[in-house]
Amino acid sequence: MSQNNSGSVINIKTGLAEMLKGGVIMDVVTAEQAKVAEDAGAVAVMALERVPSDIRKAGGVARMSPPELIEEIMKVSSIPVMAKCRIGHFAEAQLLEQMGVDYIDESEVLTPADEQFHINKHDFKIPFVCGAKNLGEALRRIGEGAALMRTKGEPGTGNIVEAVRHMRQINAEIRAVVNSDDAELMTMARDHGAPFELLKLVKAEGKLPVPNFAAGGIATPADAALCKQLGAETVFVGSGIFKSDNPDKFAKAIVKATAHFDDPAIVLEASKELGGVSMRGTEISEIDEPMLMANRGW
Amino acid sequence: MDREKKLLIGVLALQGAVQPHKAHIEAAGADFMAVKTAADFEKIDALILPGGESTTMLKLIERFDLWDSLADQFTKKPVWGICAGSILLAETVLSPTQKSFAALPITVERNGYGRQLDSHHVDINGYPVSFIRAPIITEVGQGVEVIASHNDRPAWVKKGHIMATAFHPELTLDFPSPMHRAFIDLARETA
Repeated sequence: MSQNNSGSVINIKTGLAEMLKGGVIMDVVTAEQAKVAEDAGAVAVMALERVPSDIRKAGGVARMSPPELIEEIMKVSSIPVMAKCRIGHFAEAQLLEQMGVDYIDESEVLTPADEQFHINKHDFKIPFVCGAKNLGEALRRIGEGAALMRTKGEPGTGNIVEAVRHMRQINAEIRAVVNSDDAELMTMARDHGAPFELLKLVKAEGKLPVPNFAAGGIATPADAALCKQLGAETVFVGSGIFKSDNPDKFAKAIVKATAHFDDPAIVLEASKELGGVSMRGTEISEIDEPMLMANRGW
Repeated sequence: MDREKKLLIGVLALQGAVQPHKAHIEAAGADFMAVKTAADFEKIDALILPGGESTTMLKLIERFDLWDSLADQFTKKPVWGICAGSILLAETVLSPTQKSFAALPITVERNGYGRQLDSHHVDINGYPVSFIRAPIITEVGQGVEVIASHNDRPAWVKKGHIMATAFHPELTLDFPSPMHRAFIDLARETA
């Protein structure tokens, strides 16, 4: 199925991503929040020092979370725990592997450590998730060993427009690859800056060689349903939940809408459970260029 | 049963690894259906509780009021719980304790084989399978048949029409897996 698979069995790293499908992965900054997330039905938590909207507000350099915090969250969680390292910061990734987190997110939400190179993820036993805006970027990360992809979106904005753009972009580019003639494939590899062998796999299978989740700006149950219907297999929700007035209610509503994303009656029910309030959103054009997280990495 | 009629195998699709079962079920000569509602359950001949996160599935089962209709299915149709699914079926769940259907007299220890760093492939009865943050079946009750073990722990067990595996055969791309074949044989006998 993918170059990452050993023989006839799906790679054990991607295997865990299969288990997370159809669920919601929630950003948490404390052990108490991790419990709220798990009780609400999250399939995994992302252990962070600050959620993206606070990283935006605070400015400065955003790094890997303190190990004590990540370990405390691991201790109270029975679901998988993910944690972020900076793009290219393989030493932070080594620390996360040493702690035994279940997934590493090489994330543009943190300040990049390397503007040229991403981590060689094949060096690690812990699986990696990475963000992408388009097919070429997704295949470059998979080539480096990412076991799971997600859209970059524009985290911490409560604005779904970028995640939708990235999802649609990848879908459209996959369709073009599937419809291409074999002779066109090498030129496509050049244009996308994508590994040729992976592009061949995309053409054969009509999808990315690893699962693709949505992230960045998901703020309502309907946002989750939109991403799922556009083909995302799971959604990451960051600032939306624990920046809301009632995180428990909000988390449950998103989980409910994600499980029944294709049933508008249930998504409506979930939306009503929020009691008429939602996260304030940020228009993308209001954001200063250096704080556009989707532009970090290549 | 009409010999021409194919069995319809449902996979509970609240969350988890649902789609990977399709190719296995079809290769074993049955039809696949992702099921989410009590109305869906009525259509199927047998049910798979897939791998995923057992706490998430539990919450969704309760929130969508599916507990009673699932419990009813477990009394009359073949059921196979995989990893998280086996935790839902178990009589006793440890580390931490958790509510379960107690449809199969086994005790399971959640994530007993460890975190993702400890996830691995292994051959069970000559077929490669995946253990992913897998539970350990620490005890089996009376009448439970241990079909295969891993590290001296039961890994594939069955009692009557209820089957459980601590591992994932559905992530292997050699169709059908012996476990899918055994389950569909069980469904044929029961039908």
